[in-house]
Amino acid sequence: MVLVIVIAVLGLAYLTFRYGRGRALARPAGMPDRYHSLPGYYGYYAMLWAVVPPVLILIGWLILEPSLLRGMIEQQLLGQMTVDSAHISLVMDDVRRLAMGETVLRDYGPGIREVAADYNQLRYLAFACVVAIMAAAAAAGFIFARSRIVPKFRARNTVERVVMAAMLFSACIAILTTAGIVLSLLFEAILFFNKYPFFDFLFGTTWSPQAALRADQAGSGEGTFGAIPLLAGTAMISLIAMIVAVPIGLMAAIYLAEYASPRMRSTAKPILEVLAGIPTVVYGFFAAITVAPLFSNLGSWVDIPTSPDSAIAAGVVMGIMIIPFISSLSDDVINAVPQSMRDGSYALGATQSETIRKVLMPAALPGIMGAVLLAASRAIGETMIVVMAAGLVANLTANPFEAVTTVTVQIATLLVGDQEFDSAKTLSVFALGLLLFIITLILNLIALRIVRKYREQYE
Amino acid sequence: MSEAALNLPTIADVSGSAAGQRRLRRRYAAERRFRLYGLAGIALGIAFLVVMLVNIVSTGWSAFLQTYIQVDVTFSQDLVDPSGANTAEALRQGDYFTLLRDSLKQTFPAVSGRSETRQLYALASVGAEHQLRNMVIADPSLVGTTQKVWLLASDDLDMFWKGYIDRDAPEDQRRVPDSQIALIDQLEARGAITSEFNWDFFSNADSREPEMAGIAAGVVGSFLTLLVTLLLSLPIGVATAIYLEEFAPKNWITDAIEVNINNLAAVPSIIFGLLGLAVFLNFFGLPRSAPLVGGMVLALMTLPTIIIASRAALKSVPPSIREAALGLGASRQQAMLHHVMPLALPGILTGTIIGMAQALGETAPLLMIGMVAFVAEVPDGITSPATALPVQVFMWAGSAEQAYQEKTSAAIMVLLVFLILMNAFAIWLRKKFERRW
Repeated sequence: MVLVIVIAVLGLAYLTFRYGRGRALARPAGMPDRYHSLPGYYGYYAMLWAVVPPVLILIGWLILEPSLLRGMIEQQLLGQMTVDSAHISLVMDDVRRLAMGETVLRDYGPGIREVAADYNQLRYLAFACVVAIMAAAAAAGFIFARSRIVPKFRARNTVERVVMAAMLFSACIAILTTAGIVLSLLFEAILFFNKYPFFDFLFGTTWSPQAALRADQAGSGEGTFGAIPLLAGTAMISLIAMIVAVPIGLMAAIYLAEYASPRMRSTAKPILEVLAGIPTVVYGFFAAITVAPLFSNLGSWVDIPTSPDSAIAAGVVMGIMIIPFISSLSDDVINAVPQSMRDGSYALGATQSETIRKVLMPAALPGIMGAVLLAASRAIGETMIVVMAAGLVANLTANPFEAVTTVTVQIATLLVGDQEFDSAKTLSVFALGLLLFIITLILNLIALRIVRKYREQYE
Repeated sequence: MSEAALNLPTIADVSGSAAGQRRLRRRYAAERRFRLYGLAGIALGIAFLVVMLVNIVSTGWSAFLQTYIQVDVTFSQDLVDPSGANTAEALRQGDYFTLLRDSLKQTFPAVSGRSETRQLYALASVGAEHQLRNMVIADPSLVGTTQKVWLLASDDLDMFWKGYIDRDAPEDQRRVPDSQIALIDQLEARGAITSEFNWDFFSNADSREPEMAGIAAGVVGSFLTLLVTLLLSLPIGVATAIYLEEFAPKNWITDAIEVNINNLAAVPSIIFGLLGLAVFLNFFGLPRSAPLVGGMVLALMTLPTIIIASRAALKSVPPSIREAALGLGASRQQAMLHHVMPLALPGILTGTIIGMAQALGETAPLLMIGMVAFVAEVPDGITSPATALPVQVFMWAGSAEQAYQEKTSAAIMVLLVFLILMNAFAIWLRKKFERRW
């Protein structure tokens, strides 16, 4: 179905383009004027009028279809069956699944099959209408465009205006995405804070989404959502990662920028960057299968409480992942320090390492700080390594050999499988997402600012 | 003023005196140490990479082999085709479960006792039943004959044969009991056990039985997802880059777009997953677990990469090209699309491929939109339930059975091969079309 529509639209586009172009090329007798634009632009003009309106109609329909049909079917459901309006959305989802030919878990009796059949019928009917409207729009647009194709008409200007609008729209997708993230997170998070007090979330020290610990809570049995243990776990794992990554990455960057021969630089730098290209799920597997047992043995050897999913295993592997971020960003920063500063230092008799430590590092420090902050934000938002190698149970501890959980682990594990959007458990995920977004956003903004300021300083 | 009056050290003081020499030696030693730290940093980074890759290859290569056992199978009419219709439909209904068990018994007539017999049955995989069924349907003349057939071995036998299970471990600590080891030794003595290249791993979808599980569903799912990602992110990304680089007026909207793009590049991937869940699934009602939604989410994620790379590529085209076109009377869009864009295309494509490679390895946002479901069939469209290769890795990594561990490593190897190919293509593209102006 989709394929047929795509092919039809492409075919229509091609035919109308050929027609418009042909018309401009033909220059019928009795029309002495030259066409204003190149023939192709008349082709594009005809194509735009014939293709864009129906495609917009189709997109509009695809967006509106679920809610329109839903309204109609819901009336029928409420009339036919004993469905209370609170569960109507769940039932609707199942109706849709039945209509698509999927199986549903709950049993509603035979009535629902009829509703599903009606739903299907309505869908097909509506779709046929939409296709008819699309065809009419295409025809109308084409006839209009045809009447405009005369020598005086400035087709290029019109087409270029449309292209410009399309480019502006593309550029605005970045803004739309950010707005979508903020709005969807905010919206669901506000629903969550209606069920659960904001300050208990931010400053609570117990995270147990399953258990009912507080009987006085609205809708008891919903669990306790105190984010502090998650934030502490995130901070601990990120800190371990930074302790691993910053010295290694920074020393590697210094060596590559200041000591390495061009040949060594051109081999070692790409190899280090391979570390950044490896999917995080691979690091997660490596952490869970190979590194975690290592630290577990080490922990029991020095006799401190350990857990198979220790924070340190996840942290160290995450550190390895982050090395190339630190090294390549710092490398750029060090290279940006003007040669004259090095020359000045050498002229005073400093050795190379003294120059690096006493002259280059202070000069490059802001840039390196920016790199470290960017890497930290990457560590905080990293999901797969911690999902696979860190624990699931919130645990407020300072021992890195024990299991801790992180914000991202909870987001990933609470949403997979369970999809009822009225429980505090599911909604809490969006509150966590908002928290994560804000934290990483602040880190990124500071880091980008520092890096930009630093760059301007030496340009 | 003379030097002596200032009390500055003379050259002789610094390098000639014993104290000066010592100081110099110390400074040179510090220099060497510092250099060594730098080298150690690089060496550690590379060592981590090598250890990880070696670790994965060493645990994963064996998944490309699969153990088979040779069994005498009598395709008796009573079991395979009791109705005697000899049609594919009738043959499909045959009792292959009993056929498999009878064949194993026939091959090892000496086995007796309840638990020993159960161990015997456990040698072959459930997949062997399907194998027998497919054999008969493909060649109905087999009915009534006795054949030596290589059957798919169970995962425990497979693990044992590949050496993952220690024969000398106490019996209660290994998954293969003594009686089964005795049977395996008999098979080995007869030459009736072998390892062959595991084609099923590439052609099967996921399965609850590790010996039958394959990556086909994940590979196809990843391909469909990336296709959607590419179709969305390449045109939008390039259009954005051209607009910002060439046409955008200097105003607050342009500034806002630029700030947004830089920020989006650093937003955690799981947040994009939440966006997909809240907007694409809940608001627009698009299907769960579908490559369509996965592709849309990944497209939003890769957009910043493509935009930044495309802008760099456009910027590197010298202004003289643009000016020459404008001078000959081209409009600004004509100059851009006909002259600058083609020259920037290799750079744009390189950035796009690198963005696609990132998208291929991405797992977390796909978990959020339900692409983590168990998918036993290869997806046939962008709206059917699917999984992706990295998600398949994640699901297998979480399986308790040891046999999935080698599958996980093998799937990672396949994933890395795809990534290497994509990046190599990007590097080749850059090398081939790189121009110095």
